[in-house]
Parts: sequence; C-alpha cells; structure tokens
Amino acid sequence: MNIDSIQNGVVIDHITAGLGMHLYELLDLASLDASIALIKNVNSKKMGKKDIIKIDADIDLNLDVIGFVDPDATVNIIKDGVLVEKRSIDMPQTLTNVIKCKNPRCITSSEQELDHIFKLTDKEGKVYRCIYCETKA
Amino acid sequence: MRSVIDILDFTVKELDELIDTALDIIDNPKKYAHICDGKKLATLFFEPSTRTRLSFEAAMYELGGNVLGFSESNSSSAAKGESIADTAKTVSCYADIIAMRHPKEGAALVAANNASVPVINAGDGGHCHPTQTLADLLTIRREKGRFNNLTVGFCGDLKFGRTVHSLINALSRYNNIKIVLISPEELKLPSYVKKDVLQKNNIPYEQTTDLEAAMPNLDMLYMTRVQRERFFNEEDYLRLKDSYILTPDKLKNAKADLSILHPLPRVNEISVAIDSDPRACYFKQVLNGKYMRMALILKLLKEAGTI
Repeated sequence: MNIDSIQNGVVIDHITAGLGMHLYELLDLASLDASIALIKNVNSKKMGKKDIIKIDADIDLNLDVIGFVDPDATVNIIKDGVLVEKRSIDMPQTLTNVIKCKNPRCITSSEQELDHIFKLTDKEGKVYRCIYCETKA
Repeated sequence: MRSVIDILDFTVKELDELIDTALDIIDNPKKYAHICDGKKLATLFFEPSTRTRLSFEAAMYELGGNVLGFSESNSSSAAKGESIADTAKTVSCYADIIAMRHPKEGAALVAANNASVPVINAGDGGHCHPTQTLADLLTIRREKGRFNNLTVGFCGDLKFGRTVHSLINALSRYNNIKIVLISPEELKLPSYVKKDVLQKNNIPYEQTTDLEAAMPNLDMLYMTRVQRERFFNEEDYLRLKDSYILTPDKLKNAKADLSILHPLPRVNEISVAIDSDPRACYFKQVLNGKYMRMALILKLLKEAGTI
C-alpha cells in the first residue's frame, strides 16, 4: 500500500498494531481539517506488525496522550519533506481530560466542569487511577 | 493548606503524634477546653450520619469552639444544584475548618482543592473514611498497647467497606501484621487493595468465608455492616445482609483477649448479647473517635496558623 510522504507535519510511527484507531480517537484527529492517514497492520521488521499515523499539518500533538496509549510509539516531525526531529515518548505522570472516569459513584460524574485527572500509580503495569475515586482507567 | 482526605495523608510518625495528643486529651481535658475559643467548625453532611457528625461537633465543643453546618443535602444549596467547589469556597468564608461527608467518591478532594480552610474527609462514598480509622487506631492502641504482632480479622462487607480499606492501609505500615479476610464471595476485598496494599507491603493474608474457623487465631476482629446504600440492587443486599452474625456461641473458640471492633452503625451483625462481653470494644471506639477528632482538629488548625 502506498501513502504519499508528507511535507510538513507529524508521523506517529511504531504504534503497537491495533492501537492506532484508539490513538486517532483520543487525539481527536477527526476534528482536524488536514490530510491524515491511519495505516493499520503495516509489516515491520522490529515489531512484526505496527500501525502508523501520518498527519499532513504542522500541529502540536498532546504527547501525553501518545504516552498513555502507547509509550513505545515514536513521533517524527517533518519540515519541507525532511525529518527534523524525533520526539521521545514517556508515560505521563498525570493525564488531564484525556479519558473519563467510568465509576458512577465518582464525583466526576456529577460535579460541574470538574477536570477528569488520572495519575500513573504503577508504571510497570501501566496503571492509571482517577485521583478522586482511585478507579483504574 | 493541609487537608485530610485519606489516612495515608499521614506518616506513621504523625499518626503516633495524633494518638499521643488524644491520650493527653483523655488525661488532661481541662488543658484543651478553651484552645479553640472563637473558632468555628463547619460540618457539611450531604449524607446521613449519627456518630461521625455528632463526634465532630462534640470534639469542637470540647475544644471550646463552635459548630455550624447541615446534616442532609436537602437543607443546603446542593438541593438547588450548587457544586461542591462553590460550597467549599462559600463555607470557607464562615468557618475555620470543614468536616465533610458526601456520597460521591472523591468529593472531599474537590472540597479541599477549593476551600481556603482545612477540609477533613468525614467519608466520601465507599472511598475513604480517615477519621474512623483514627478512632480504630486509638482503640487498638488502648486495647492492645501496640500496632505490631497482631492477627486482625475483617468480617462482612470488605468490598464497599471504606473503613476496612482505610484500616488495612494504616495497619500495612506496621510490622508482623497478619490479615484474615472473612466475607461472602460477592463482598471480597477488591483486588486492587490486595495487590497495592497487602502484596506490595508483604503483609500475609488469607481469605475465607468461615468466621468460626478463623476465630481462634484472631487478636482483633473488625466486624462490618453490609451497607444497603452501596447496592444498586435491593435483591443483592437482601441476599447478603445476614451473611455473618456474631453471637456468643461463635466466640467460644476466640482468644480471651480478643478485641471486637465495629465502625457502627450495626444492624444485626453483632448480637446485642455480645455488648456485655469485655471483648466488645465498639462503644469504646465511638468515644475514642471523639478524642482523635479533637486531636486532628487541633493539628490542622495549628498547621493553618489559626490557633
């Protein structure tokens, strides 16, 4: 499958196969008025299969979202068709308004305009918990 | 501004200091009788309570302070839809310290993040109830004289029982504690508490459904009520509510120096016949709760520079 190279934008590479769509949704890429390619199950020597997202627009991505979904992904910044920067991704300590707490007993379900905040409580197990009710993300 | 949401907000050293203050209050009540003269505690209770609210109020009165507040959400602007954040900001204008109970988990943290005075979590749904744990700890200290080398049984609703989670958290920081978890299958201790607290701190524990079999090894038995208000489904509550009822015959294999604790209120899970047994400590626990709340109010007001 051939996808055109981008001139100015971002390539999120080495996404664990199957997580591309989730990342696309959490980054709210559907709201961008730009050419975007989500390529699933690309053959990869290193990973076997991987997903890739190419965004042909010079935007600031929320790296915390990428770190939350897949800290093994890589972010490449492209300017004038040339790779100018590789950004390292790490699991963020705190996630604000990226995901919502699903516990119906949590105060976030009723308090007006309360930020949904999760903290990384177990990096090895990739566990985030709501700061209010401690429910797992 | 220091607030107290969870028992783990305190170091072990701070807990020891609070207990020492409470013991000093017990021995020297006159020394503390006017220490909070002119200060006000707001008790914001969005959910019914007898002990916790009255205990806070008695604590503040015995320190010489005054109390204002409400005891149900229908008598506050919450009934009009006011947020907790706005309530906390408003009450900060009237009171020097806030004690708040709310049915939603995390409500006390929202209040603390918005108040300009210290907030004490007096229970936030099934999440935390640190001042009950303070009462439990003072009771253990006074009854056992130690926090180490104890086999502690928790019986009843270990799933939704916030007092159970808080006390297990507190005890996990002491040495040679063994935990016995006695509950029906449906009300077992949540796996995250087992993993994050018991396993993480290498606390040996066992799970059983058999109270009588566990009884002979226990130094302390913490009974709990199956809480109707935590169930979405009345049928589940009715099926589980009578899972464990402590009667005198179930104590026949218990240690002579067993301490029986219960955060109260009880419904029927401890027979009234147990009340006269010297091993019953639950009404002592109530009194200890008042002393610990006095110690806590003093600590927070001192740290805030209010007294």
